[in-house]
Amino acid sequence: MPYRIVGDGIPESLTGSPGDAARGRALVLARSTTCILCHSGPFPETRFQGDLAPDLRDAGNRWSASQLRLRLVDASRFNPQTIMPSYYRNDDLVRVGRNFAGKPILAAAEIEDIVAFLATLRD
Amino acid sequence: MKFRRAIAAAAFAVASSALLAGEIPPGARRSGYSFMGPETRAMQDDDTSNPGMLFVLDGQALWMKKSGSADKACADCHGDARSSMKGVAARYPAFDRTQGRPVTLDQRINLCRAGHQQATPLPYESHDLLALSAFVAHQSREVPITAGDDPQLKPFVEQGRDFFNQREGQLNLSCANCHEDNFDKRLAGAPITQGQLTGYPLYRLEWQTLGSLERRLRSCMTGVRAQAYDYGAPELVALELYLMSRARGLPMETPAVRP
Ligand code: HEC
Ligand code: HEC
Ligand code: HEC
Repeated sequence: MPYRIVGDGIPESLTGSPGDAARGRALVLARSTTCILCHSGPFPETRFQGDLAPDLRDAGNRWSASQLRLRLVDASRFNPQTIMPSYYRNDDLVRVGRNFAGKPILAAAEIEDIVAFLATLRD
Repeated sequence: MKFRRAIAAAAFAVASSALLAGEIPPGARRSGYSFMGPETRAMQDDDTSNPGMLFVLDGQALWMKKSGSADKACADCHGDARSSMKGVAARYPAFDRTQGRPVTLDQRINLCRAGHQQATPLPYESHDLLALSAFVAHQSREVPITAGDDPQLKPFVEQGRDFFNQREGQLNLSCANCHEDNFDKRLAGAPITQGQLTGYPLYRLEWQTLGSLERRLRSCMTGVRAQAYDYGAPELVALELYLMSRARGLPMETPAVRP
C-alpha cells in the first residue's frame, strides 16, 4: 500500500482506519513480531525482554502517532545506521529467506494496531 | 582446573594483523564461555559431566575402525591422534591444493573417507561425522587458534569478512550488528556473545545434542530471516574461515557446552 511521508512522519493511517491498541499490545509482545527481542517495555508478564534498544515505556510521550508510523515503516529515516528493521519494506533487501521473500515484515493493519498501542504509552 | 585458567587468561599478545573499524582487538576477544553462567561452565569443565565427551569417545572408536574398500582405519595412516591431530583443528579451515580452496575439518575428514578409505562420505550433521570431528578437534583443546594465516587463504578470509558485515534477510541485520556492536547485551533475555568459534562441534543445551558450526551459523541466518547457505557451501566455508581468523589466539575448547 502506498503511503505519504510529511516532515518526519506519516500522518495518515496506512489502512485508512485507526488501529486497535489491544491487538497492538499483543503484537508487540509476540516474539514473531520481533520488537521484544530488542526492546523492553511495561510488560510485567514477559520475562524475556531485550536491551538493545530504548525501553518503550513512554514512547507515546516522545513521539506522535505520525512519527511512530514512519519509524515502524522505515526506521532508517530516523537513523540510517539503525539496527531496527523497517517493518513495511520489501525492496533493497539481501538474500531474504524463501518464506519471507517479497513480503514486508508486518501488514498495514498490524502496523496501525501497533501505532495505536504505542501512542497509549505515556506517563 | 588448568583448562579453566587457560580460558580466563585468553588475552593473548599476538602479532595483530590490520584490524578494520569495529573489529574486536586480540586482547578483548572472549569465548562464549565467559558469557555463561556457573552451572554451564561447570558442565563444560568437568569431562564426566560434559555431554560432548560421549561424542568424543564415539569418535575415538571410529578412528580405530577399518572402513571402506581400502579397509583402512584413520589410525592406520595417522597413528595416535593425540600427537598427529594436535593443533590441526586450530588451523582449519585450511587451504586444500587439490580443491584450490579452503576446506573445513568436516570436509577434510570426508576427503580422507572418500579418497583414502574409499568409503562413502558421511552426511553433514550425522552422528559419525560429528563424532570424528569432535574427536579430532578435541586433540587441539587449549591450543590457540591460528586459522587463516596461510597467505593463499587471504581472498577467502576477505570474502568471509564481507559476508559477516553484510546486512541480510528480511530483518536486514549483519552478523556484526549483533556479535560486534552489541555483545554483552541481551536479545530477548539471552546474552549476545562475540560469536567466537572456540568450541565446535559443541553441545548446545537448546539442541540437546552436539552440533556443527554450520548448524549454528545457519540458525543465525534463519534468525534474521535470510536464506541459509547449504552445508558445505563455499560462502559458509569462507564465513567460517573469517570467524576462525577473528578468534585468533583464543584457545580451542572442543567439545564446548553452550546454552
Ligand atoms: C533489532 C533490534 C530492534 C527491533 C527488532 C525493533 N527495534 Fe525499535 N529500536 C531499535 C533501536 C536500536 C532504537 C533506537 C533508535 C535507533 O537506533 O534507530 C529503536 C527505537 C524505537 C522507538 C523509538 C524509541 C524512543 O523512545 O526513542 C520505537 C517507538 C520503537 N523502536 C518501536 C519498535 C517496535 C514497535 C518494534 C517491533 C515492531 C521494534 N521497535 C523493533 C531496535 C529495534
Ligand atoms: C590411507 C591413509 C589415510 C586414511 C585411512 C585416512 N587419512 Fe587422513 N590424511 C591422509 C593423508 C595422506 C593426508 C594429507 C592430505 C592428503 O594428501 O590427502 C591426510 C590428512 C588428514 C587431515 C588433515 C591434517 C592436516 O594437518 O591438515 C585430517 C584431519 C585427517 N586426515 C583425518 C582423517 C580421519 C578422521 C580419517 C578416518 C575417517 C582419515 N584421515 C583417514 C591419509 C589418510
Ligand atoms: C539478532 C542478533 C544476531 C545476529 C544478526 C546474528 N547472531 Fe549469531 N548469535 C546470536 C545469539 C543470541 C546467539 C546465541 C548466544 C551467543 O552465543 O551469542 C548467537 C550465537 C552465535 C555463535 C555461537 C557462539 C558460540 O560461542 O558458540 C556464532 C559463531 C554466531 N552466532 C555467528 C553468527 C554469524 C556468522 C552471523 C551472521 C550470519 C550471526 N551470528 C548473526 C544472535 C545473532
